[in-house]
Amino acid sequence: MLRTALLSSVLFSANAAAAQQVTTYTLDNGMGIVVVEDHRAPVVVHMVWYKAGSADEAEGVSGVAHFLEHLMFKSTDTLVTGEFSSTVAANGGSDNAFTSYDYTAYHQRIAADRLPLMMQMEADRMNNLNLLPDEVDTERQVIIEERAQRTDSDPGALAAEQMRAAQYQNHRYGVPIIGWKHEMEALTLEDARDWYDLYYAPNNATLVVAGDVNPADVLALAETYYGVIPAEPELPERFRPEEPPQRAERRMIFEDERVSQPYLTRSYLAPERDSGAQTEAAALVYLAEILGGSSFTSVLGVKLTFDTQTALYAGASYDADTLDDTAFSLSVVPAEGISLQAAEDAMDAAIADFMTTGVDPVQLERIRAQLRASEIYALDNVAGTANRYGAALSQGLTIADVQDWPAVLQAVTAEDIMAAAATVFNRDQAVTAWVVASREGMIQ
Amino acid sequence: MIRTMFAAVFSFAATMAHAEIAIQQVTSPGGITAWLVEEHSIPFAALEIRIRGGANLDEPGKRGATNLMVALLEEGSGEIDARTFQAQREALAASFGFGVYDDSFSVSAQFLTENRTEALALLRGALVEPRFDADAIERVRAQVQAIIESDALDPNSLSGAAFNAAAFGDHPYGSSLNGTAESVAALTRDDLLAAHRNVLTRDRIYVGAVGDITAAELGVILDDLLGALPAEGPLLPPMVGFGLAGGVTVIDYPGPQAVALFGHEGITRDDPDYFAAFLLNYILGDGGFESRLMQEVREKRGLTYGIGTYLVPKDLSAMVLGSVASANETMAEAIEVIRAEWARLSTDGVTQAELDAAKTFTTGEYPLRFDGNAPIAEILVGMQMIGLPMDYVSNRNDYINAVTLDDVNRVAAELLKPDALHFVVVGQPVGLESTQ
Repeated sequence: MLRTALLSSVLFSANAAAAQQVTTYTLDNGMGIVVVEDHRAPVVVHMVWYKAGSADEAEGVSGVAHFLEHLMFKSTDTLVTGEFSSTVAANGGSDNAFTSYDYTAYHQRIAADRLPLMMQMEADRMNNLNLLPDEVDTERQVIIEERAQRTDSDPGALAAEQMRAAQYQNHRYGVPIIGWKHEMEALTLEDARDWYDLYYAPNNATLVVAGDVNPADVLALAETYYGVIPAEPELPERFRPEEPPQRAERRMIFEDERVSQPYLTRSYLAPERDSGAQTEAAALVYLAEILGGSSFTSVLGVKLTFDTQTALYAGASYDADTLDDTAFSLSVVPAEGISLQAAEDAMDAAIADFMTTGVDPVQLERIRAQLRASEIYALDNVAGTANRYGAALSQGLTIADVQDWPAVLQAVTAEDIMAAAATVFNRDQAVTAWVVASREGMIQ
Repeated sequence: MIRTMFAAVFSFAATMAHAEIAIQQVTSPGGITAWLVEEHSIPFAALEIRIRGGANLDEPGKRGATNLMVALLEEGSGEIDARTFQAQREALAASFGFGVYDDSFSVSAQFLTENRTEALALLRGALVEPRFDADAIERVRAQVQAIIESDALDPNSLSGAAFNAAAFGDHPYGSSLNGTAESVAALTRDDLLAAHRNVLTRDRIYVGAVGDITAAELGVILDDLLGALPAEGPLLPPMVGFGLAGGVTVIDYPGPQAVALFGHEGITRDDPDYFAAFLLNYILGDGGFESRLMQEVREKRGLTYGIGTYLVPKDLSAMVLGSVASANETMAEAIEVIRAEWARLSTDGVTQAELDAAKTFTTGEYPLRFDGNAPIAEILVGMQMIGLPMDYVSNRNDYINAVTLDDVNRVAAELLKPDALHFVVVGQPVGLESTQ
């Protein structure tokens, strides 16, 4: 057959240890394919991930990545508006999409024998989307309502938005995914069209199919539906501005009458998982767990809520999965009668004490065991595995990086963790926010 | 030992689409019944336990006791305090979730095969011998009080609280199961012990287990885990009618957007028309982008990001509810559209094409729910609580397909009452005022 000439299975890799067999291919037009097999139920998850997220937007059109995600459910040359989702529903499936800083993804979950139809429709809207002025106007109102619901109605979300804007001095991670409201209001059909034309192409996309499928069948279908779409010749090299050296700590008080419980958060600029070099990120995963993972056994939990009654809650978090520099965060909700300054001092004292005392080896092994077990539990969630591959491949990692990650995590030592902590806890690269109902009402 | 007696097992194998869900009924030597699906390919199991009653069993003046008691189950048991308990659980990489709802108390546990005995011993301690230490009570009480304060400033919590209070008054459904700042402040350790004795009982317990575990093993586990709980609990509260008439209640709240909770009386789960109502609700407001309300309020007019409706068949009352968020300037229009759609559906009914699409989705989606040990364990428990037989998983789609257009349209006329709809709006909506 002619189509087999297009076929080029460049990569083949399999994780032999896992119940979920993983197979990968690349089409001639540059589209990557990941197939995750799980034959326990006759279900499939079909996802297309575009390596284009809000942090790839140009200045002035914040929110366009997410706006286009909404518009992708409108008409194409062969589907009327709404027909995509109604066809998925009529076949007993569910579908949705999400936009992040580094990617935009579209997915359906459906009976495995409906995979060809899903591919046919998803391939169609990769290349044949129609944007109509009336629909663009209505949908702009919808995304502004979405922002109102998710961000403007939530003081915690507004505070987080302000913190990110202060954390990143040059990188687009400082701009909200949904967009600044004034720029969302000005988004045009042409803005959406430009975004779509440049980034929605097979050489900028990864297909992830997970569930009750045969990899060779998936490849054949992908050739039929996606293989015929030409690569985008103008696709630019992915460029992200780098952060300059950050030389001064930033502090803010965020005031909103809807805040019920004052709290403080500090975020530090931190390294993310890099291809072939994931150890520092792995160490930071442990550091977040050690300092604030469990309310009962973490350093901040014990010192601020058990040894003393300084806080109602104390925690730490770290997102290793980003394309560029990420953040490591600490948060404390003070107990009644405790000022934010006293809570922050207690938090800093606990961290300083940890930096001299070091890692408790028993706690370290407990966390290591949990991370190992999480790989067993993950085998029960094929959609989670699909997400893991789709996100990683959109964030500069390789299949090998994804498959190495559990072993990298298991190999982390106390020394790795303390070295990562010493680097990340740099107040010149940090933003500290106090979130309060009113300055006047703050406990001194 | 008595425990070496074999557990009694009945089984039923349902063929769904192409996958087989083989449900076994296991009765322990001590007489506790569970439904089991063995799935040995991954070395862990999920266990879902529910006990009917939940926060409905709060005693008069003790609102919030069940909630606080349940929050304290993970705070130490027997000889070990909260931190030791959690350190042991973390080392075993087991997860225990304890939930409290109006009608039930739930346990959702997952544990590895390699340390199942230790994990279940720990879980047993939490269920049977919780310590309720004074320092833990105060720490968790403060957390609950923070949630109560936060809810008092959360638009969605505010609308729910006002709606329920107006609909159900003094019945437990009329107030938050968290309790009030005053009722929670007054709770004593004795109140928590009483709540524990009342809520965790064996007479209305339902168990589902899925994963790397055999029927014989499960039988022994059931008696170990639950055998020491009291045999019987107190009477449940009576059924309660829906006491809120049609109208609008506006609660002033700052922000760019208003939220609304709306609804009226609903249909009980055991009503012969339940499947017709289920399909009707899908068409009205539960069908994602396809629903009439999503089409009319979001897709055509851009008045909202999200709108949905839900059948809420509680044990002691039933409602049809919906929720929407819209800018203050457009909430009045959104409400107008919702009322109009409610009336149109009630009067004109649905089309055959809409019903067919609802059936195809509903029947196609059903097997997709069985996608993991924990979700299947939850389904097994849910079926037992409703009183469904094991073969329901095979026949359910036939029940759906048997619903006719006449059924749905008759139910639409009976169930959907546009004049009875009450909207509780939280925000500063333009052109909307509370009705009397």
